[in-house]
Amino acid sequence: MENDLNWAIGGEAGDGIDSTGKIFARALSRAGRHVFTSKDFASRIRGGYTAYKVRTGVERVESVVDRLDILIALTERTIEENLDELRAGSVVIYDGEQTTMADVEVPTEMIGLEVPLTALAEEAGGAIMRNVVALGAACEVAGFPVEYLDEALVKRFGEKGEAIVANNREAARLGQEYVREETDCPNQFSLETTDEDYVLLNGDEAIGMAAIAAGCRFYAGYPITPATDIMEYLTGRIEAFGGAVVQAEDELSAINMALGAARAGARAMTGTSGPGIDLMSETFGLVATSETPLVIANVMRSGPSTGMPTKQEQGDLNAMLYGGHGEIPRFVLAPTTIGECFDKTVEAFNLAEKYQLPVYLTADLSMAVTEQTYRPERFDMESVEIDRGKVVDPEEVEEWLDEKGRFRAHAATEDGISPRALPGTPEAAHMTTGLEHDELGRRTEEEDVRVEQVQKRQRKVDTAREREDFDYREFGDPDADTLVLSWGSNEGAMREALEMLDDRGIDVRFLSVPYIYPRPDLTEAVESAETIIVVECNATGQFADLIEHDTLSRVERVTKYTGVRFMADELADEIEAAIDNEAPPQEVRR
Amino acid sequence: MSSETHFTDFKSDEQPTWCPGCGDFGTMNGMMKALAETGNDPDNTFVVAGIGCSGKIGTYMHSYALHGVHGRALPVGTGVKLANPDLEVMVAGGDGDGYSIGVGHFIHAVRRNIDITYVVMDNRIYGLTKGQASPTSRQGFETATSPDGTVEPPVNPLALALAAGGTFIAQSFSSDSQRHADLVQQAIEHDGFGFVNVFSPCVTFNDVDTYDYFRDAIVNLDETGHDPGNYQAARDKIMDPGTEHIGVLYQAEDSVPFSDREGIDSNMADIPDGAPERADRLVREFY
Ligand SMILES: Cc1ncc(C[n+]2csc(CCOP(=O)(O)OP(=O)(O)O)c2C)c(N)n1
Ligand code: SF4
Repeated sequence: MENDLNWAIGGEAGDGIDSTGKIFARALSRAGRHVFTSKDFASRIRGGYTAYKVRTGVERVESVVDRLDILIALTERTIEENLDELRAGSVVIYDGEQTTMADVEVPTEMIGLEVPLTALAEEAGGAIMRNVVALGAACEVAGFPVEYLDEALVKRFGEKGEAIVANNREAARLGQEYVREETDCPNQFSLETTDEDYVLLNGDEAIGMAAIAAGCRFYAGYPITPATDIMEYLTGRIEAFGGAVVQAEDELSAINMALGAARAGARAMTGTSGPGIDLMSETFGLVATSETPLVIANVMRSGPSTGMPTKQEQGDLNAMLYGGHGEIPRFVLAPTTIGECFDKTVEAFNLAEKYQLPVYLTADLSMAVTEQTYRPERFDMESVEIDRGKVVDPEEVEEWLDEKGRFRAHAATEDGISPRALPGTPEAAHMTTGLEHDELGRRTEEEDVRVEQVQKRQRKVDTAREREDFDYREFGDPDADTLVLSWGSNEGAMREALEMLDDRGIDVRFLSVPYIYPRPDLTEAVESAETIIVVECNATGQFADLIEHDTLSRVERVTKYTGVRFMADELADEIEAAIDNEAPPQEVRR
Repeated sequence: MSSETHFTDFKSDEQPTWCPGCGDFGTMNGMMKALAETGNDPDNTFVVAGIGCSGKIGTYMHSYALHGVHGRALPVGTGVKLANPDLEVMVAGGDGDGYSIGVGHFIHAVRRNIDITYVVMDNRIYGLTKGQASPTSRQGFETATSPDGTVEPPVNPLALALAAGGTFIAQSFSSDSQRHADLVQQAIEHDGFGFVNVFSPCVTFNDVDTYDYFRDAIVNLDETGHDPGNYQAARDKIMDPGTEHIGVLYQAEDSVPFSDREGIDSNMADIPDGAPERADRLVREFY
């Protein structure tokens, strides 16, 4: 298929792989093509294999596949690492004059395309541009007009001045010409362009953008992969909207700062990844018991402990659901696509304020660092609605005072939600504590007050279940005997797997669930299916456990915990195998 | 804010459960007086308290307040102040809370020069957990957890603050009520992080650092002609741990609070009903 192209650039960390990949991805998106990227990076700054992959089509692309059409190999290892994905006819672009690549052997069925990347770059003005020469060469192989690179180069290098941009353009042209004139590489693709305007962004950026749109004005965080992008996005942007980002000294500080800002009335957020969540958990309980609205983004990476910081996993679900001592009402939202990161972030802020509790907003590494194209309308600012919940204005304070004129900040209302007075509201000054407290917020150990407050806090969750639409998205054949459930970023690969399964004559109903707690009632769907399969990136099947718990039905687990996301073809195979596995009944695998 | 605020307006109707004679009574009264004197009232004041006997202060005062988890009061105060610069933010806690579990936050709050006031009730012991050694306990002090006497030398909180770039560093004595209230008031009025370490004796668990001890040992800087603007002099006094100074040890004349450096001046609670007007441009950036 000429129009579905899989492209990659690989080399050593520090070789500019990421930024080169981004330039190509952006050029494709400017040309009206859909893009889906993935990164393979090691946890080090220099040295270590790293790659940036781009899949592009005129139709939407939702996942990665294990096939490479064009590979720019800056090191020999790049070829080794990708041998499985290279096919007959795949083109490998490399610099034969480079010492490390002098004896490189490209397997015969592939096309080795030797381009003097460094020499041409020097001709254009500097060896540093060899990646851009390679991009130009790749454009020629792909049959993609090199002009589309220009805009992306301006975006990348514009700040460094016109001369730099001009040199880079020249570098791309030299790469293109070299392939056209000096090699006999068949121009085997011809990438169609369209008039569509797309935006290209990753999950962390979608979360950051949505946070600003939703009125978040304060973000405190401590750098950690793969959540740092949220903080970096907000820094330099939130200020223009009257907000601030603070790089705290650690995660304990970050969540406490965010808590303070939220008490002062700001929409506040903190973000981290697994290890940071552990550090935050004491204060997490305080947030809940003080009934403070707070959004905590957990961009999951592979654990436990420091685990594999640059690798994919969905292993923190239990930590988010059960982390913290005592019993803590909370919400856990898990967007399933980059686009949905936007909606769910806005929703997270609304839920936090409407129910006055902490909301976990969780993405996984694959979603956070993947860039994908969307129509700009997908991020519709007009549709952003803000619901601040029961914030009392000065006139309403009276209603909530006790006989002695004291504000009942934790009034045990029917729906469990109390009035919220922002500091500065006259006559409503009150104290909030992590100690068990009465309606006034005063410490108590009285049995009936304790019970009343515990129930009141829990009641908010029941109220939310009644008032909110905690739904799921449905794909495939609604009447199929096989039901597949997943959460987080597996949706894209799973949707593609559905088509592959369909080709094999296997009907599947697929539900993608973005609400972990409270979650939709899946009993009916589960009971009407014969085989229930839960797909997730962890070893034990944490989401599968929840489904079993809720529905009292046995489910099959398709899990992956290699550190790499599911690929569509792999999922299709695993699901087919799980269906065949169905009889005889077996013990629940844990 | 009203000029008619009286310090009793900051008193809650809860009865303190502090031991009779505890230094924290005097510390709190001085804080309330200073708040009233500086023209604040409970509706524009936010008190963040730590955990410990000292941390109960938020309960006994009347204002907007948060009583948080052990050691983390300063980050909370930082968040409150940055989100709403109109609030008068006061953070209070003990020596264990501030110099042990929370010492990292202390250094960083000082370094950031957040415009808040931090009052530490330093009784040189853990009171609430019934008498263990604290970071300011003297070396050799015998406690439940150091029956043979502590082996570590105490931390010097004033030195930590100075080294971290503190712009207002003071020490006071809770029972010297007028002077104490006055020092807290100066800390409030200071443009930046106002730090006051208060000798606030624990009459139940510390039989060494008693009222009598402090009365005898204290040197009042007002009577020595100390110039708080003189960094060298401040450093010499602070690095002399044998003397219990009270007064303003150091005040930087050129203090610029964090929010001024960062240009933070609006109340972040005020947000539009939907996405802000210019939010569209955020999407366009991804073209
Ligand atoms: C995480 C955590 N660890 C330990 C405690 C127990 N704890 C409560 S107060 C306190 C020490 C308080 O000492 P200090 O700050 O000097 O206050 P004081 O009671 O002397 O005023 C400790 C260790 C706690 N509440 N939380
Ligand atoms: S134990 Fe000590 S610090 Fe605590 S209230 Fe009693 S006297 Fe005060």
